Amino acid sequence: MKPLRIEKMSIRFGAVTILPEVSFEVAPGECFGLVGESGSGKSTVLRCASMLLGTWSGDAKVGDRSVREMDLMERCRTLQMVFQDPYGSLHPRHSVRTTLSEPLKIHRLGDTEERLAQAMRDVGLPVDFLDRYPHQLSGGQRQRVAIARALILEPEVLLLDEPTSALDVSVQAEILNLLVRLREEKGFTCVMVSHDLAVIDHMCERFAVMKAGDIVEVLPREAILDGSARHPYAQELIAASLAYEGAA
Amino acid sequence: MSETTPAAETRRRRPQSLIAAGNILRFLAKTPTSAFGLLVLAVLILTALFAPLIATHDPYLQDLTNTLAPPDSAHLFGTDELGRDIFSRLVHGSRITLTIIFLVTIVVGPLGLLVGTVAGYFGGKTDVALMRVTDIFLSFPSLILSLAFVAALGPSLNNAIIAISLTAWPPIARLARAETMTFRSADYIAAARLQGASPARIIWKSIVPMCLPSVLIRLTLNMATVILTAAGLGFLGLGAQPPMPEWGAMIATGRRYMIDSWWLVTFPGLAILSVSLAFNLLGDGLRDALDPKQMMKR
Repeated sequence: MKPLRIEKMSIRFGAVTILPEVSFEVAPGECFGLVGESGSGKSTVLRCASMLLGTWSGDAKVGDRSVREMDLMERCRTLQMVFQDPYGSLHPRHSVRTTLSEPLKIHRLGDTEERLAQAMRDVGLPVDFLDRYPHQLSGGQRQRVAIARALILEPEVLLLDEPTSALDVSVQAEILNLLVRLREEKGFTCVMVSHDLAVIDHMCERFAVMKAGDIVEVLPREAILDGSARHPYAQELIAASLAYEGAA
Repeated sequence: MSETTPAAETRRRRPQSLIAAGNILRFLAKTPTSAFGLLVLAVLILTALFAPLIATHDPYLQDLTNTLAPPDSAHLFGTDELGRDIFSRLVHGSRITLTIIFLVTIVVGPLGLLVGTVAGYFGGKTDVALMRVTDIFLSFPSLILSLAFVAALGPSLNNAIIAISLTAWPPIARLARAETMTFRSADYIAAARLQGASPARIIWKSIVPMCLPSVLIRLTLNMATVILTAAGLGFLGLGAQPPMPEWGAMIATGRRYMIDSWWLVTFPGLAILSVSLAFNLLGDGLRDALDPKQMMKR
């Protein structure tokens, strides 16, 4: 298990500054949440840290290695990501087997059959689903495949970009429980983006509240209920979320 | 969870594509227009395969005592100005037509796909460079450009095929680029990048399968144009050279006798018409059959 440290990450697209300067630290094996309204730059932090976006300044370190120093292969085996929409993150013409065996081929890992079967068992899918195509799977099953794909390279850090927001509530709970279980079993460090405080409460020890690209406050999980948030925006966000939960 | 042997798995996996192909064929056969296209093409391919068996005469055998004979029982479609049997020449000509279509398609498809996907995936300067080349080719009418190529290379069937290929790939490249751009920022491409896939691997494994249906449709629709261009070049004397029984060339030589010997021009004309019509109808049918919404049902 390795810590993840984001140092002064900033990115701009043309005249628009998306992230002015973001820094935070995630302890080894911790699950760290990023919350905020739409467009506050939560997902951008993950896309920068995974080098899907390359035009940012600052640094992201896993352990004491910067993601910029790592070569592609090493970075892929250190950082993996689960995307928001399981309907868009699996290639529609690839069977589950192709989707999962592709990273094994790229990284020249042996025992393909064994690893595939183990990956399927890890995420609680029957092994014979390997020959199915995404359109033959439900949303929750697809997200399980996406998680299996992210974990098949045994990364140190898993970035979760709203992994449950495209799923309905009962399936959300299943996926969250699966992630909690996998984190206990495999012990990866985890950053989770969400706008749902209930999800953060379930998964994360600490979370950061983001507004317009800035982290306004880093809070422990308990702050959701005991009202210890200081920053007015954080208070507002938590209050709004609790009111919504109460109404629902 | 049962452990299955690898052999059993390959057996189970292979049918997926076969089933899809079967479904597409069944879909095509159900629509009358595309069924007609399929039928004509099947006839064309069978004719080309068994040309020596089907032809009643030697297509090159001249009989100067029996020139310009109207259709009768000995010569089904009559004879031409050198007494050659038109039916046999048509039958052997189907081989030339099929060769042209086949060669042009295997050059144009991969070339267009390569240029289009590379331009679309990389974007930026690569895109600008590749697309300007494409624009230059697109800015000439294809027949005129192939005429220029054939004139430069010298008239022969092979040069006609090269010329047609050189002029037919830009629309395919445009199409593949447009398709690529719609999903190059999709999450599954991002996921492939995160797994360490090289650009070549992403293009080949993730992008090409997505572009393939529309490129196939476009290629099929293109074949009609290819046939017409080949016939046009033949007609102008720049394609297949005499005495090859190329349909366009047959029309060109028959033109002089058109007024009193209608069969010289009519039968090759009908052959060109029906084959290019068949490809158009089949392309239309394929467009419906390969529609993503239809694919979901398979």
